[in-house]
Amino acid sequence: MTLDAGATVRVKDDWPEARGPVHIRTPHYIRGRTGTIVRHLGDFPNPEDLAFARPAAASPLYHVAFPMTGVWNGQGAPDELLIELYGHWLDPV
Amino acid sequence: MNILETDGERLLLAIRGLLAQKGIVSPAEIAERIAITDNASPGQGARMVAKAWTDPEYKASMLADGAKAAEALNIPMRGMPPLGVLENTPEVHNLVVCTLCSCYPRAVLGYPPFWYKSAAYRSKAVRDPRGLLAEWKTTIAPDVKIRVVDSTADYRWMVLPMRPAGTEGWTPEQLAAIVREGDMVGVTVPAAG
Repeated sequence: MTLDAGATVRVKDDWPEARGPVHIRTPHYIRGRTGTIVRHLGDFPNPEDLAFARPAAASPLYHVAFPMTGVWNGQGAPDELLIELYGHWLDPV
Repeated sequence: MNILETDGERLLLAIRGLLAQKGIVSPAEIAERIAITDNASPGQGARMVAKAWTDPEYKASMLADGAKAAEALNIPMRGMPPLGVLENTPEVHNLVVCTLCSCYPRAVLGYPPFWYKSAAYRSKAVRDPRGLLAEWKTTIAPDVKIRVVDSTADYRWMVLPMRPAGTEGWTPEQLAAIVREGDMVGVTVPAAG
């Protein structure tokens, strides 16, 4: 499934680093936050497996925009964050 | 033998010998890669920016596919991650950071500067970009949106700054000379003279 530009998504509020050794490309500060898909950047081998030399399936990578106000307790308007995130970290809202 | 205490030069020679012997990488390929790394510098990105300022068709191709646009100016991109180009406009100013490590468009900007890799830059860019820009003496109007681009994954990102006033009629060479590393990260903006 590919998410379309304009779709609203929520980043999983998941903390795999609490369960064991991991390599995660989803920054802490954005987990649990709601953003908007800007564009599908392509499909890339999942770095969470690549980093451990495991077979890595391709995962869709998206550019996702988040208003600063939704990340930093209402502060930071009118600025925004634009972050590369893999599809398996995103839930459609 | 403790590999951590082995002389680095000897270890490198041994590894290069093994790579060649096993047919993984030839000495010529290693020499080529070293030459590419040595040639990578902000001057390469500046050439792209100057070309984009003077050639609307090139600018469109650069925004669509940065790597292809780099190759069009003979910047080697083989084996490099995809390159995305973020256009500054009167409405949006882009600022690039890698909060997780130090991802940087090395093919077109060279080795990342020390401040780009610092914890201070990485944390402040996403938390307080206007405060960070003030430290660089860069002022972005309050109604212009700052878009902080956290380079977390497979792409590398460079900023296409706005062409400054007072550069009308300049040649691409003159324009490239005023484009600095920081302008293509977004911490500064270019000015004429």
